[in-house]
Amino acid sequence: MSALVDRVLGWTALGLVALTVWLGLWVTPPDELQGDIVRLLYLHPALAWVALYLAFGLAALCSALYLWPRTRAAKWDLLAASTVEVGVVFLSLTLVTGMLWGRPAWGVWWTWDARLTSTALLELLFIGYLALRRVPADPHTRARRCAVLALLACLDVPIVHFSVQWWNGLHQGASVLRAGFHFTIHGSMLWTLLLSFVAFTCVFAWMVRRRYQLAARDAALEDTELHAALVERRKEGVR
Amino acid sequence: MAPAVTLRSAVALLGRFPALAGVDLDVEEGTVLAVLGPNGAGKTSLLHLLGGLLALRSGTGRVLGCDLATQRRALRPQVGLLGHASTLYPELSAAENLAFGLRAMRRPASDGAVALERVGLIGALATVPSRSLSAGQQRRVGLAWLAARRPALWLLDEPSAGLDEDGRELCDALVEEAVRGGATVVLSSHDPDRVARIADLVVDLAGGVVAQVRVGERARRVA
Amino acid sequence: MWRDAVLVCGKDLRIEARTRVLLWQVVPFGVLALILFALALGPSEVALRHGAPGLLWLALLLASVLASSRSAAIEATEGTRATVRLLGLDAGGVFLGKAIALGVQLLVLAGVLELGLLVLFHVDGGRLALTTPICLLAVAALAAVGTLYGALVAGTEVSVTLLPLLVLPALAPVLIAGERGTASVLAGGGPGRWAIVLAVMAVVYLAVGVVLYGPLEDPA
Repeated sequence: MSALVDRVLGWTALGLVALTVWLGLWVTPPDELQGDIVRLLYLHPALAWVALYLAFGLAALCSALYLWPRTRAAKWDLLAASTVEVGVVFLSLTLVTGMLWGRPAWGVWWTWDARLTSTALLELLFIGYLALRRVPADPHTRARRCAVLALLACLDVPIVHFSVQWWNGLHQGASVLRAGFHFTIHGSMLWTLLLSFVAFTCVFAWMVRRRYQLAARDAALEDTELHAALVERRKEGVR
Repeated sequence: MAPAVTLRSAVALLGRFPALAGVDLDVEEGTVLAVLGPNGAGKTSLLHLLGGLLALRSGTGRVLGCDLATQRRALRPQVGLLGHASTLYPELSAAENLAFGLRAMRRPASDGAVALERVGLIGALATVPSRSLSAGQQRRVGLAWLAARRPALWLLDEPSAGLDEDGRELCDALVEEAVRGGATVVLSSHDPDRVARIADLVVDLAGGVVAQVRVGERARRVA
Repeated sequence: MWRDAVLVCGKDLRIEARTRVLLWQVVPFGVLALILFALALGPSEVALRHGAPGLLWLALLLASVLASSRSAAIEATEGTRATVRLLGLDAGGVFLGKAIALGVQLLVLAGVLELGLLVLFHVDGGRLALTTPICLLAVAALAAVGTLYGALVAGTEVSVTLLPLLVLPALAPVLIAGERGTASVLAGGGPGRWAIVLAVMAVVYLAVGVVLYGPLEDPA
């Protein structure tokens, strides 16, 4: 059943990404002002949405579930770690696509406006999470520390979200979606953009599933190794 | 009366190493349990498990009515530990260390001065930074802390280590007083003859499990 | 909780009074950082005066990492960790006590660095005094964040290298708001929304610290 879900999800994600690429590169028109650069629109916002809200939001939720005594279970820690790993990849791609867009659009590879700055900081916060995860410790101590760090790091996510309102900068404001759900781009561009969100969400889900399965297998292996270690340990008493 | 300590197939890990590999143990309230065993047998880990400082990986355990799986935080204030590592803040004096602990437990700080006098740390020895004290003197401060606190469960990890003969006799006397006052004492040692004299029950720990249980001389005397 | 906070704060401050790590190590490091930044900027008075707010907060940030590490190290040995856990102190109280003690030390540090700013960067003393509210709020935020992150890495073998990597991104909003608020006041304006940002950070991290310090330090 699990393998079937993986296969369906994987092929769906691949298909949707392929459709997005086809629509984005060949079907949708270039922008009046930005030209073909606008085609990065079908990558950048979706990557950002997945990384900032989906990945790290899920990491925070799983971390909270791990820390809450009634729901504490190793699966939440493994899921949090998996989403952070995938989230860091998506966030890196967000920054790269942003830079590729920024160079021709603004004339610079990088600018220190609030959203870009906050995004870079978030990337570093979660790289710190991955660094903490690699510090030798027993699984429960590691899980506890990482869960707390994930919650603290996610405090930065609202700062990213509201930074466009708080500070002025070169970055686009809420330029696609204005208050009241009025879309400011229309037609094929809008549908392709919405499709890209669905496509990358599916890619994210597939990657997290596979990463979680790997982590769960590692944890199961640790349990097997523990059982063997217990047998060895008890033999010490017999000798 | 329920035992002070009940362990069934208790497994505890240090990192990924099974320090305790399935311990079965019962300790009656108001008695002295001596834990013997070679280096690496799991003696320190057993004491830490009983103090709620080490998590129970599998099996069951109840100490002073607290479930080791879910109530470790509630257990800890009832426990006093004399461990290998000094539990003192090295920058503070013995008197200040005890005063801090006693105030934390809502007890009068003056109990600390009385206890320090009992263990022979008076005058300058009570007021210099504890890092200036010898290992044996730091052990005495640890004993003073237990005497001042009067916990329901005493956990002593090789209490004689670093103590001179006077110190060892003082330790034995404090243990006897604690037990007569209703406390339960669990101590580990490499000195089987000494502990057998003061213990009600002696267990030999090996490979993280209880290998043998014997009645101690104290039980025979008290009976 | 508050009683335990007072007890722990008193203990940490007493230890600092004995060892004087702040006086002999952290404050000199902060001043050294200011001097090195001045060397990096060049001797132009205009550049120094313009860069002063940012460099003040950068020096304070870096020095606060040292101070946070020191604060966490007090409880980092196996023995003292066991002591605190066996005493049954309220975890939120321990966090608040350590944060307040760290905050007091950071205030002293900030005071010395502002004096350094006056002397080394030719900043207007009268206007600098008006940055006190910004300074107080920022120190509260630094202390809360530093105490929490210090506890996160305490006891690990790599705490010295890991703490800066973890805490500095989290402290970056303090750097931004502190610098911009200070620059605004020095230019004749008010702290504006930057004071609000710092106040929100301080309140949020203090509240989060009270809740999360327990699960972090004392798992069950």
